[in-house]
Amino acid sequence: MDLYEHMGKDLFRAHGIPVPQGVVARSPEEAAEATRRFGGAAVVKVQVQAGGRGKGGGVALVDSPDEAARRTARMLAEGFAGHPVDRVLVEERLPIERELYASFLLDRSSGDYVGLATAEGGVEIEALAAERPGALRRVRIDPMLGLRPYHLRELTGVFPPSAREGAAAIVRCLFSLLREADATLVEVNPLVELVDGRVVALDAKVTIDDNALVRQPDLAALRDRFPIDEVERRARQAGLQYVKLDGRVGIIGNGAGLVMATLDVVARYGARAANFLDVGGGASADTMATSLEVILSDPAVRVVLINIFGGITRCDVVARGVLEALGRIEATVPIVLRLDGTNAEEGRRIIAEAAHPRIVSAPTMDEAAAQAARLAGEAGP
Amino acid sequence: MSILVGAETRVVVQGITGSEGSFHTRRNVAYGTRVVAGVTPGKGGQAFDGIPVFDTVAEAVRETGANTSVVFVPPRFAAEAILEAADAGVELVVCITEGIPVRDMAEVHSYLRRGATELVGPNCPGVITPGVANVGIIPGEVCTPGRVGLVSRSGTLVYQIVHELTRRGIGQSTCVGMGGDPVHGIGFVEALARFEADPDTDLVVLTGEIGGDDEERAAAYIADHVRTPVVAYIAGFEAPPGKRMGHAGAIVTGSTGTAAGKAEALEAAGVAVARTPSEVADLVAERLDRRATDA
Repeated sequence: MDLYEHMGKDLFRAHGIPVPQGVVARSPEEAAEATRRFGGAAVVKVQVQAGGRGKGGGVALVDSPDEAARRTARMLAEGFAGHPVDRVLVEERLPIERELYASFLLDRSSGDYVGLATAEGGVEIEALAAERPGALRRVRIDPMLGLRPYHLRELTGVFPPSAREGAAAIVRCLFSLLREADATLVEVNPLVELVDGRVVALDAKVTIDDNALVRQPDLAALRDRFPIDEVERRARQAGLQYVKLDGRVGIIGNGAGLVMATLDVVARYGARAANFLDVGGGASADTMATSLEVILSDPAVRVVLINIFGGITRCDVVARGVLEALGRIEATVPIVLRLDGTNAEEGRRIIAEAAHPRIVSAPTMDEAAAQAARLAGEAGP
Repeated sequence: MSILVGAETRVVVQGITGSEGSFHTRRNVAYGTRVVAGVTPGKGGQAFDGIPVFDTVAEAVRETGANTSVVFVPPRFAAEAILEAADAGVELVVCITEGIPVRDMAEVHSYLRRGATELVGPNCPGVITPGVANVGIIPGEVCTPGRVGLVSRSGTLVYQIVHELTRRGIGQSTCVGMGGDPVHGIGFVEALARFEADPDTDLVVLTGEIGGDDEERAAAYIADHVRTPVVAYIAGFEAPPGKRMGHAGAIVTGSTGTAAGKAEALEAAGVAVARTPSEVADLVAERLDRRATDA
């Protein structure tokens, strides 16, 4: 889960990391009022789960409450890089001496934590790493050892001497935040040294491990604060993994890998998926019913493709679930059904006996995808 | 022969009395796997279908000579269960549990690299050597004994691809579901090294997906160390960048980790990359024929 900057900064404050004073504004009026509080000049920052805000016009330096209101109105109306925007962060303007960078992340290749620091903050760090790797300090931290003083010296040694002490305090707190909040990434770009010598985190990028939300109740509560599609909300409540896409073939499958493969095979037959929906392992009749309801509520869907390879999931249960769902809701589009694996024969028999007019059975994944593409009217030549 | 599990495998099931643990223990036993012990803290001294249950893995190992553990305990306790098995001297731990916090896995990963215990998973379907032993939740009936090895990040894609192979009469030496979590045990490289050394594996199928760099590292390893033919499949060509597709591992970020990038890296290493699961079986059949002709 990627946190909004203002949520990340709340975490920073709680861990003793200095950040600018700021106010979350949900309307132009609130932004103007906040700017007035900061003496008439402020920074307005769009709040989205995406990077590249500086370059993309998501950050505005404003010199009056009126300007803050105007810029906020535009951000709320236009969104940012395809993301809806329902709030901005209005912060005090600080006199900056120089911009630095610090981050920690969990490196999935090695299973270690990695700390990164450079004296050249405020730029795209991927570009810096590619062009001038020498400017970027990198330390590997064994998860069982944790951050040691020598790690800290190595990281902060890249900063100018005047900023080292202030930066070291922040970097130490960043690492404890990473562990205590079950984050997989904490990044400060830029970390700034002010004209008066103080060091402050001007930005905050924090990603929380979804698997750890069960033991981070305060962070788990934030999950419902992000604006998402109504259909995605329903799916999440039912415990389904659902992602809206922009094609016409509604997809239901079990297991993320198989569902992704289904998307690919549908594309191979010239059609595009309307969604990704993974019912997970051991899907019950009720799960199948909810999945179908979710998919059929998307008006773009012209056909539904259900691709099940039963392992823990039993095909007879899936078959009953599909029929149960079709008893509860009216299917306005055809449903292509492919069942294989555990209890597949029983599942196919149940479907055949029901002889539902909307259900088309397909013997293999390829034939199911081809059928679905044809029925969606999207099949290639 | 085979890799990781075989006739010598003696399994202890951690969480044997839970709903998942008991269901799959019965399936593994029915397949012919030697399940010699179970562990459920507080239920030591009881038996499950005649299998003795112990309070600790150390006791189970002492009393039964178990050398392989399979973990079905809930995510909150799973990291602890892996560590306990390692300290009890188990050679291989197969962790099925999904949803373990990555911080816990990072610590487990760090600890295990100091010792001799190997880990498969977590969030994986397990390991099967068809006809010999099934440790985990892979439906044994889709597999058939043979000489093609398989290693996969996704669970259901193991079933799908094995099914395609079996339908064409191509049997498997061992199928390894390595799991989709960001920090995991045995990966493509370690599995490839074992298949390369296995005299009874003629070809390896590698099933990857978007996110991370496991496939890219596998490509580099294949180029330098693997003479056994490899056929690969990557899921997620149609996944839009920046969208999570269920698996913790399946996240596309920027230019790296995409299906196209992975396919390219593997092809550059001489690996045949299929675009659909059924094409995997076609490519495998083709290469096995070519090999037979060459011989």
